[in-house]
Amino acid sequence: MELLPEILGWAVLLPLISFVVIFLAGPRMGKAGSLAGWVATLAIVSSCFLSLCVAFPIWLVHHWPHDASHGAVAQHDTDGEHDTDEDHDAPAHHDDGNTDGGHAENDHQRQQQAAGGDHDKRASQQRHDEVAERDSSNGETDHAENAVPLITGDWYELGRFGPLRLTIGFYIDSLTVCMFCMVTLIASCIHFYAMGYMRDELHDFEDPEVTMSDGSQLIRPGRYHRFFQAMSLFSFSMLGLVISGNVAMTFVFWELVGICSYFLIGFYVERTSASTAANKAFIVNRVGDFGMIIGMMAIWASLGTFAFGDIDGQSGIFSLVRPESSQHALVVPDGMVVSGAKSEVGELVDSLPAGTSPEEMDAAIAANIPQWRDPEATGLKGGYGYWLLVIAGIGIFCGCVGKSAQFPLHVWLPDAMEGPTPVSALVHSATMVAAGVYLVARFYPVFAPEVLLVIAVTGCITLFLAATIAITATDIKRVLAYSTVSQLGYMMMALGVGGWLAGTLHLFTHAFFKSLLFMCSGSVIHGVHTNELPLMGGLRHKMPYTAYTMLIGCLAIAGAGLPFVIGFSGYYSKDAILEQALLFGNVNPGFGKFFFFAAAGGAAITAFYMFRLWYLTFAGEPRDPHRYDHAHESPPVMIRPLLVLSVFAVAVAWPIPGPSLSNLLEQSRPAGTLADTPAVLVNMVWPNERDSHASAIKIPATLIAFSTALAGFLLATVMYCWKKLDAEDVRRQFAPIHRFLINKWWFDELYESVFIKPTLWKAKLFAAFDRNCIDWLVDNLALSVRRFAVVWEYVGDRTIVDGFVDKLAAVTYSTAVSMRRIQTGSLRTYVVSIVVGMVIVFVLVSWGYTWAS
Amino acid sequence: MNPLTSPVGVSHYLLVGAVLFVTGVVCMATKRNTLGILMGIELVLNGANVNFVAFGSSYLRESSLGLDGQFFALFVIVLAAAEAAVALAIALNFYNNHATIDVDQADELKG
Repeated sequence: MELLPEILGWAVLLPLISFVVIFLAGPRMGKAGSLAGWVATLAIVSSCFLSLCVAFPIWLVHHWPHDASHGAVAQHDTDGEHDTDEDHDAPAHHDDGNTDGGHAENDHQRQQQAAGGDHDKRASQQRHDEVAERDSSNGETDHAENAVPLITGDWYELGRFGPLRLTIGFYIDSLTVCMFCMVTLIASCIHFYAMGYMRDELHDFEDPEVTMSDGSQLIRPGRYHRFFQAMSLFSFSMLGLVISGNVAMTFVFWELVGICSYFLIGFYVERTSASTAANKAFIVNRVGDFGMIIGMMAIWASLGTFAFGDIDGQSGIFSLVRPESSQHALVVPDGMVVSGAKSEVGELVDSLPAGTSPEEMDAAIAANIPQWRDPEATGLKGGYGYWLLVIAGIGIFCGCVGKSAQFPLHVWLPDAMEGPTPVSALVHSATMVAAGVYLVARFYPVFAPEVLLVIAVTGCITLFLAATIAITATDIKRVLAYSTVSQLGYMMMALGVGGWLAGTLHLFTHAFFKSLLFMCSGSVIHGVHTNELPLMGGLRHKMPYTAYTMLIGCLAIAGAGLPFVIGFSGYYSKDAILEQALLFGNVNPGFGKFFFFAAAGGAAITAFYMFRLWYLTFAGEPRDPHRYDHAHESPPVMIRPLLVLSVFAVAVAWPIPGPSLSNLLEQSRPAGTLADTPAVLVNMVWPNERDSHASAIKIPATLIAFSTALAGFLLATVMYCWKKLDAEDVRRQFAPIHRFLINKWWFDELYESVFIKPTLWKAKLFAAFDRNCIDWLVDNLALSVRRFAVVWEYVGDRTIVDGFVDKLAAVTYSTAVSMRRIQTGSLRTYVVSIVVGMVIVFVLVSWGYTWAS
Repeated sequence: MNPLTSPVGVSHYLLVGAVLFVTGVVCMATKRNTLGILMGIELVLNGANVNFVAFGSSYLRESSLGLDGQFFALFVIVLAAAEAAVALAIALNFYNNHATIDVDQADELKG
C-alpha cells in the first residue's frame, strides 16, 4: 500500500513524458511522425497496466469490498415492512447497520441545526432515531463506516504562505483507483483506435471542408504527431485531476484539461467551425471556472486549507466539514462560522479589556463559536457561516457545470464535435466531461443539502433539455453529444438527490458505453465520409462489427436488461438513479417528485433517440447509394478497441458478489453521507441512499425504467424500422416543436442576443471611443511633438550644437595652418632651435630657481 | 680660481665635456654634410660621456667606487654605435635616391 502513490504517480507521469518526447521530436519520429502514435499509445498502455496493477493485486488484496448495498434488498424482502412512509428508514439499517453507533447522536445534533424548521421533519427524525436505537440493539455495529480506505499525502510542497500550503498531493481511495483504471483503459482503446482513424494525417492532408480563395481545397502537412501529443497531455491532465489531493492542484489540472480540449477541438484549425467551437468551449468553461474560483476563495479564506484529506495531522476540508466528533455529520467549520459572524467577532473583540493578548482573544472567539453556530441562539437558519458553506459548494459546482456541460453552460459540448472523433470519444464522453461529475462526487461531503438541491435541479433540467434536442439532431455525433449532455445531467441529478453511488456508478458505465458509441460513430464516419444520418442507412451489411458493437452501446445506454435478473451496464446505473429519484420524491412529496418524472421521461427519450440513431444508420435501405457503395468496414486496429469496450459496456456493472464496481465504489463513499439529511434553508430531506434498494422503491423504479425505455425503443422501431409512422409526417404534425428542438431550444440564439450581441455592441462602442477620442489625443500629441522637433532642429541642433562643433573645427584648422610654417624641413634649423630652446629653458629654470630661493 | 693653475679636478673634466658638447652642437648646426652632422652627434655624446664619468668619480662622492658613471658611459657608447649604424644606413639610402648627402635637400616633408 505504501507503494501506491508512487505507482499511480508514474501512471500520471508516463503520458507527460510521452507528451514531452513528441513535443521535442515531433515530425522527426519515424515517417511523418508515425512513431508518435506508438509512443503515446505505449505510454497510456503502461499507465493502464500500472493502474490495473494497483487496482487488482494491491487494492483488492488490502480492501476486499464488502457486499453491502445489494444484500439490502434480499434481507428486506424477508423482512416484510412495506409501509411507504417508513421504507426510507427501515431497510438499510437492518443489514448494514454501520452508521448506527453514531446515528443517534448524529441526529440529535442535526436536529439542533434544523431547529426552527417544521415539525414534520422533526417527527421523521424522531422516528429515525427510534429505528437507529432498535438496530443498534441488534448488535450489528461493528462495521465502522468511518474507516474509508484512503491514502493521502503530499509529493512536493510548492510553497507555504502562512497557514496555507500549496502542494502537489494525492488523495487515493477506491474512486480514484477506479477512475484511473477507467480513464487509462478507455484512453488506451482510443489511442489504438486513433492510430487507425488518424492515418490520413500521416501524409499531406487535403481538407475537404476548407476551400481556399482560388477555389481549391486546402492541402496542409499531416498533423499525426500533434494529435498524439495533445492526446498524451490530455491523458496526463485527466489522471492528474483524478489523483490530485487538494483543490488548487485540481484547479491546475482542471485548466490543463480545458486547454487540451481546446487544442483537440480546434485540431482542424483551418475550419472556421472548428476554431469557433474550440473558442466556445474554452470561453464557456471560463464562465464556470469563475464560479469555481469563488468557491475556492471561500474555502481558502475561511478554512485556510486546500487539501481534501488530513495530511500530517493537519485537517483537510472534508474532516473540517464533517468532523469525526460529530460522527461525520455536516457541521459548519469553525473558520466559516468566524467568517460568517464577522460583526459579532468585532463586537466581542471590542468588548474585551484593553491589553488582551491575541491568544486570549482567539480563546474568547473559540469559546463563542458553538453559540454562533447554534441556529437558535443566533436566530439564523443554520447559524452563522452556513451560507458561506453553501456558497463554497455552489461555487465549486459552477466549475463542474462548465466542465460537465450542464445547463446553462451546456452549449459548448455539441459544438465540440468539430474535433476528430477519437477526441470526441476521449474528451467529450468519457473523461473531460466526466471530470465535472468526478469533482462533484469528490466534493460531495462538503455540499450542503441546499447545494445538492441546486445540483439536482441543474442536472434535471440538463437531462431533459438535452434529451429532447437529441431527438431531432441529424448529425450522428451531435446526437451522441446531446446524449452525453443528457447522461451527465442524469449523473448530476443522481448526486443531487443524494445518490452518491448511483451518480458515480453511472459515471463509469456511461464512460464505457459512450466512448464505445463515439468510436462506432467514428468508424461509420470513417467508412462513409459523412456525419449526416439522412445520407446513411443499411450500413449493417457493409460494416457488421461496427453495427453490432454500436447496438450493444445503444442497449447499454438505454438501460436494457431483464428486470431483476441481468442487464447491460446502463441497466444497473440508471436503475440506481431512478430508485434514488423515486425515493427522494417519496420523502419530499410535491416538488421532489419532479426529479423522478424527468428521469423516467429522459429514459424513454434516451431509448428513442439512440435507436433512432441506430436504425437511421444501420437499418433500412441505403438512402445514398453512392456513399453506400463506397462504404467499408474499418481496419482491425479500429475494430478491436470497439470489441474490448463493448465487453465492458455489457459487463462492467454486473453485481458479482465481492469486487463488483458498485461495491468497490461504495468503499469510498464519503463518511457521513449514509444518513437522512434534512436541509436547513428549504423544507426537504435528503434520504439515505441505502434505503433506495428497498423493494418498495426498487420494484416500481425498475419496472418504470424498463417500461419507459421499452416504450422509447418501440416508438423508435415503429417510426424508423417498421415505418408504420412516417417520421416526416410526425415532423409536420409537430412543426413548432420540431423547429423548437432543431434549434436547440434557441439557446445559441438566446446567448447570441443576450451575451454576444451586447458584448460586441459594447466592444464596438469602446472601439469607436478608442478610435475617436484616444487615438485623436495620441495623434495630436504626436503631431505637436513633431512640430516642436522641427523647430528645435534649427534652434537647438543646427545652431547651438552644430555651431559649437564647427567653431572648434575652424579654430583647430587655422591653428594648424599657422603652425605648419615652423616645420621647415631644414635639419640645421631644428638643431639650432633645439639648442636655443634648451638654453632658454635652462636660463628660465635657473632664473626661476634663483628667484624662488 | 684659475683652472690652469689649480690641480686637476672635476671641473676640468666638466670643462672638457662642455667644450666637446658645444663643438658637437655647433658642428650639427652648421654642417650641411650628413656625415659631418653624424660626427657632431658623436662629439655631443662623448661630451656627455665625459660628464658622466666626471660626475660618477669619487671626487664627488666619497663612498663610491666611482664606476657608475663609467657604466653609463659604456651604455652610451654602445647606443652611439647603434645610432651611427642606423644613421649611416639612412644616409646611404638618401644618397641612393637623391645623389647627394646634403641635409638641406631633405626637406620634402616640410609643412
